[in-house]
Amino acid sequence: MNHTIYIPLDTSARSLGADAVAAAISAQAASRGVTIRIVRTGSRGAFWLEPLVEVATPSGRIAYGPVQPGDVAALFDCNFLTGGPHPLRLGIAAELDFFRRQERLTFQRVGVIDPLSLEDYLAAGGFRGLDQALAIGRARTLTEVIESGGRGRGGAAFPTGLKWRTAHDAPGADKYLVCNADEGDSGTFSDRMLLEGDPFTLIEGMLIAGYAIGAAKGYIYLRSEYPNAERVLAAAIAAAERHGYLGRRVSTTDFAFEIEIRRGAGAYVCGEETALLESIEGRRGQVRAKPPLPALQGLFGQPTVVNNVISLASVPAILAHGAEYYRDYGVGRSRGTLPFQLGGNIRYGGLVEKAFGLTLRELLYDFGGGSASGRPIRAVQVGGPLGAYLPETLFDTPLDYESFAGVSAMLGHGGIVVFDDTVDMARLARFAMSFCAHESCGKCTPCRIGAVRGVEVIDRILGDRDRPAAIALLRDLCDTMTQGSLCALGGLTPLPVLSALEHFPEDFAIRPRTHAA
Amino acid sequence: MTSSSAAVLQDPPRDVAAAAIAREGHRRDALLPVLHALQDRFGHVPAETIPFIAKALNLSRADVHGVVSFYHEFRTAPPGRHIVRLCLAEACQAMGAPALRAHVEQTLGVGMHETTSDGTVTLEPVYCLGNCACAPSVMIDGETHGRVTAERFDALLAEPRGRS
Repeated sequence: MNHTIYIPLDTSARSLGADAVAAAISAQAASRGVTIRIVRTGSRGAFWLEPLVEVATPSGRIAYGPVQPGDVAALFDCNFLTGGPHPLRLGIAAELDFFRRQERLTFQRVGVIDPLSLEDYLAAGGFRGLDQALAIGRARTLTEVIESGGRGRGGAAFPTGLKWRTAHDAPGADKYLVCNADEGDSGTFSDRMLLEGDPFTLIEGMLIAGYAIGAAKGYIYLRSEYPNAERVLAAAIAAAERHGYLGRRVSTTDFAFEIEIRRGAGAYVCGEETALLESIEGRRGQVRAKPPLPALQGLFGQPTVVNNVISLASVPAILAHGAEYYRDYGVGRSRGTLPFQLGGNIRYGGLVEKAFGLTLRELLYDFGGGSASGRPIRAVQVGGPLGAYLPETLFDTPLDYESFAGVSAMLGHGGIVVFDDTVDMARLARFAMSFCAHESCGKCTPCRIGAVRGVEVIDRILGDRDRPAAIALLRDLCDTMTQGSLCALGGLTPLPVLSALEHFPEDFAIRPRTHAA
Repeated sequence: MTSSSAAVLQDPPRDVAAAAIAREGHRRDALLPVLHALQDRFGHVPAETIPFIAKALNLSRADVHGVVSFYHEFRTAPPGRHIVRLCLAEACQAMGAPALRAHVEQTLGVGMHETTSDGTVTLEPVYCLGNCACAPSVMIDGETHGRVTAERFDALLAEPRGRS
């Protein structure tokens, strides 16, 4: 009998030993004369259970985890290939509580299918969105995306469909689609998981976007810190080319589209869309002044749509099921779902795709199970290094764009980093300023100089040199950076700094001068 | 001596640059892919290739140098045989990255952006490896490792150092 075993090739699963587990299972099977087939999938995103091994049985895929190479012989002894009992047996993977309570639209196939099998992708509903777009035409495709209420998932939350329409209507000989896969925010990994676990969904989303705006070429700007994602994505693009989904006649129509991967080089600011365009053009990643909007004058001076990975990967489901289906999820002006990412000091860290509107507390405790250390959660940073630090009193804030703006915070890319009560908030405020100084592109003065001065002023506060004046100066400096910076790096760095000062003033009290990073 | 380092000795950097330009085209936007090809091969962007690249892409040497120096990842000097990149971003800080950093720097006897005196290991900071639910994270020679304790780091390091 041939047994099928699923083991993730996702970076996080591999970082915990998934490759060694796969090798141990192969060796064990060979020594016992058992025929097995190992399928490397993405991760379902329950990282405390990784490496998570699943075996196909008539009643479904039975999960075991976290598995270490030393467990493998015992798993064979317990007949895990047919779902036998073992202390690591978790039950049917899809029915685990962590997954059952989610609403997976964009991530429905991640961790389930072989990410490089077009057959698997088609069998799991793939390319239905593209078929629908090609059937209804450009104008109706644009209308569907506008009516879905989908907004940019990279952080700025600009309505995706409006951006597409602007580029579609703009005059230009060539139009470009650029996928921003420069996922540099600490606490975020949903782009990486999708790229590694279901790259055809991104390719399909890019095809729909390219078709709708009239672009023949798409770029994926991928950060160099994701070599595993690059390998999977490159193989997926090659497979799509071989099967006629990319090339001169997409799905045997007259629509031509190709995709090229461009690798970043460690500059955080290149996640900003105009710096990203400069980088693709072969320049220093310096921010451009807006206007002109990239949708009118972007890559090589042509109308260009720049969309985040998740924004594009959400599109196939919108086209396949209709705008209404997607819009029915969410609250207020935040429609659809967001793949939240729970990281840092959290017991059950991972990916939670949910409709907008649940509270931060539900995410932290009902899904996350509290801190990993077992100590009280004291601060949570939402939305990456440029997001605010929130105290326990704000944990009941609903997770939607407007509610977060209402408490001087932002959802950003949905990354949530948890800190327990050992955290030093002044050190994190100082880190935010020093990170900005390190990553500033140097184009505008408030960011380039302001961040350096910000570190100095925080040092003055902590060294108790004229504290009240230094605190007033820090607020003033933050105001200048907020109002005067060209892009979100300088403009939003004050958010973590001021939120730390606002919500955790006791950490800025007198103490010996700090030399911490 | 591995086969790839033998190949490095045989291929002058200029030839590698020429091959990359032939593949990527003589356009300005080929610059980053060409620089990556050099760094992938030599671990850094050899200085002697800069005038050659500038001429081939119709740029000034200052232009090319400006791009190389802007991006944190491009090195202008050869690194050690193994590269350890320690994540210092927020999620890793929440799980003890500062203490791990102290351990790593003490164990290796170097600070960030430095190479051990025996030329084995170069230590670099990195700001997020996208492994934030399994912090703290370290990348060694392109492979990401999660939940790295001081003991686990020592074990991870023993393996490549033993090989080199």
